[in-house]
Amino acid sequence: MRRLRLLLAAGAFTAFAAGTVALAQPQSGIVRPSSEPAEPSVALGAELFAGNCSSCHGIDGAGVFTPRPGAGDISGAGPSLRGVGERAADFYLRLGLMPLEHIHAQPEIRRVLFSEKETRSLVAYVGSLGAGPPIPHPEPARGSLATGFHLFSEHCAGCHQAVAAGGFVTGARVPPLQRLTPVQIAEAVRVGPYLMPRFSTAQISDAQLNSIVAYVRSTNHPDNRGGWAIGNLGPIPEGLIAWLAAIVLAMLCLGLGRRLRG
Amino acid sequence: MSAWRWLVGVLVLVAGRLLRRRRAAEGPPDRGAHAEADVASGVPSGREASAVAPGPQSRSAELVVALLLLLAGLAAAGFVVSYALFSVASLSNELLGGCIALALAFIALALAVFAHRLVPVEELEGDYPGTDADRQREVVEIIEHGGRLITRRRMLVGAGSVAGGALGLAALTPALSLGPLWYTAPLFRAPWRRGTRLVDEAGTPMTAASVEEGTFYTAFPEGADREEIGSPVVVVRVPPSQLRLPAQRAGWAPFGILAYSKICTHAGCAVALYRKPTFRVLEPEPALVCPCHYSTFNPATGGTVIFGPAGRPLPQLPLMADSSGYLRAAGNFSGPVGPSWWGVRLGKAT
Repeated sequence: MRRLRLLLAAGAFTAFAAGTVALAQPQSGIVRPSSEPAEPSVALGAELFAGNCSSCHGIDGAGVFTPRPGAGDISGAGPSLRGVGERAADFYLRLGLMPLEHIHAQPEIRRVLFSEKETRSLVAYVGSLGAGPPIPHPEPARGSLATGFHLFSEHCAGCHQAVAAGGFVTGARVPPLQRLTPVQIAEAVRVGPYLMPRFSTAQISDAQLNSIVAYVRSTNHPDNRGGWAIGNLGPIPEGLIAWLAAIVLAMLCLGLGRRLRG
Repeated sequence: MSAWRWLVGVLVLVAGRLLRRRRAAEGPPDRGAHAEADVASGVPSGREASAVAPGPQSRSAELVVALLLLLAGLAAAGFVVSYALFSVASLSNELLGGCIALALAFIALALAVFAHRLVPVEELEGDYPGTDADRQREVVEIIEHGGRLITRRRMLVGAGSVAGGALGLAALTPALSLGPLWYTAPLFRAPWRRGTRLVDEAGTPMTAASVEEGTFYTAFPEGADREEIGSPVVVVRVPPSQLRLPAQRAGWAPFGILAYSKICTHAGCAVALYRKPTFRVLEPEPALVCPCHYSTFNPATGGTVIFGPAGRPLPQLPLMADSSGYLRAAGNFSGPVGPSWWGVRLGKAT
């Protein structure tokens, strides 16, 4: 008993120590100027861009179209950012989609490595590279949930599934949308990140976009009719699981009954 | 199509009726038939020293079994008839399932009655007889006696074959759903003619200028029924320099604008996904994807399959832009629209 306690204590200590060491590591992949100004600025954005983005997006965001070795012999290539505007920069940076681990990786929603001040500076800098669309301001409160559901099933559910749970398209993973803010949802629709098509105002008007945003936000709190929701997959899979569970229960009861009788 | 189904249904009905009539003409098997059967099975009918007393013959049980088997055959025939008569949209599924369930239930009942009433149960007391010839003969007799409770073997066999045959036919019938073999003309029909304008969901004619790259549109033939399988097309635009269409389709894509049937050639789902690269250098090429089974088609090469279970390309609709910039069809699809069927490669587009 004593030995077990000792062992447990040693294990806990090791885990704690390892955790502390891991946390103490500097954030990887981000290069920062030695002293940052107190307020976000285009100048800070330019410095951060030069240090963290330019090996793929090129000097001044001109783009790199044939992969070439950059810092640390990691090859870099990426699209031009001139004219993409603050909208795209805000979307890619605030969801942690950029910077990429390597150029062939799919941008994934991850922990944001830049601070709020740094993000704002970078967004302002990318916006200054060429006239581009601003950050949208959707108003989901003015949208209709029913219209939103209809539009979402028409335009988005093919990839993102009916309750925005995400899935697959050949060649890419499709993210779930619950974590996205209304602004990010609107940005994604207009920008069309990675393999997603983009939708112009001719296809989805701003008013319709409000409804879509309202619907996507509503999937965070789906309307449950009680019981176990099982990912809100719908009545057929739920019924299937109920049947399976019932069969297992019945077999268990049968076995127990036999044992008691025998 | 429906005429074909009618024909099959009627054929099955007639065949079933003929069979039944022939059986009726033969009449209920009499004692003589029973004796014949006995001779045929090698059991001497007039054996004096039988080791086992003949069991109680149950003619009513035989009748019940035969009746149940006939009912099973009737239910299975009902499956074929409801397959032939009702389209998928109506009650057909419930009817088909109900008929098959009834047929199987009747067969189960018949077997239950048969097992309880017509199979003799003998118990042999003591150890299994070793080499004693007399005792062995007794066992053999007990076993051979098994069939003796049945007096109308031919009736039972007939009823059994009706049930089995009808059930087998019912199991084979759905194979017709694999598609037509000979009369395929309707599958090649589409509401597109040379000059038909493309309209969007709201009915507004689409112009070439309104079609942007990096996104996709659904279009319909102006003034035609949108529910028709050949109606919806998906429209995308790729840079003309990236087009690699077959030579005979040169000029089908004005300004790089391409139109394909929106119905997947695999199982007929709507091709509702379009993936487009944000950065062409590193990311996969543009593709139309079906969300059901991920069949992936390359619009730049004429809708060829680059991934997934689809067996043939998406049918392409040749396009042209008129003098006012409206998009119009320049002819019919390059192939039959919709899911593939077993004769898909035999026919030619009309």
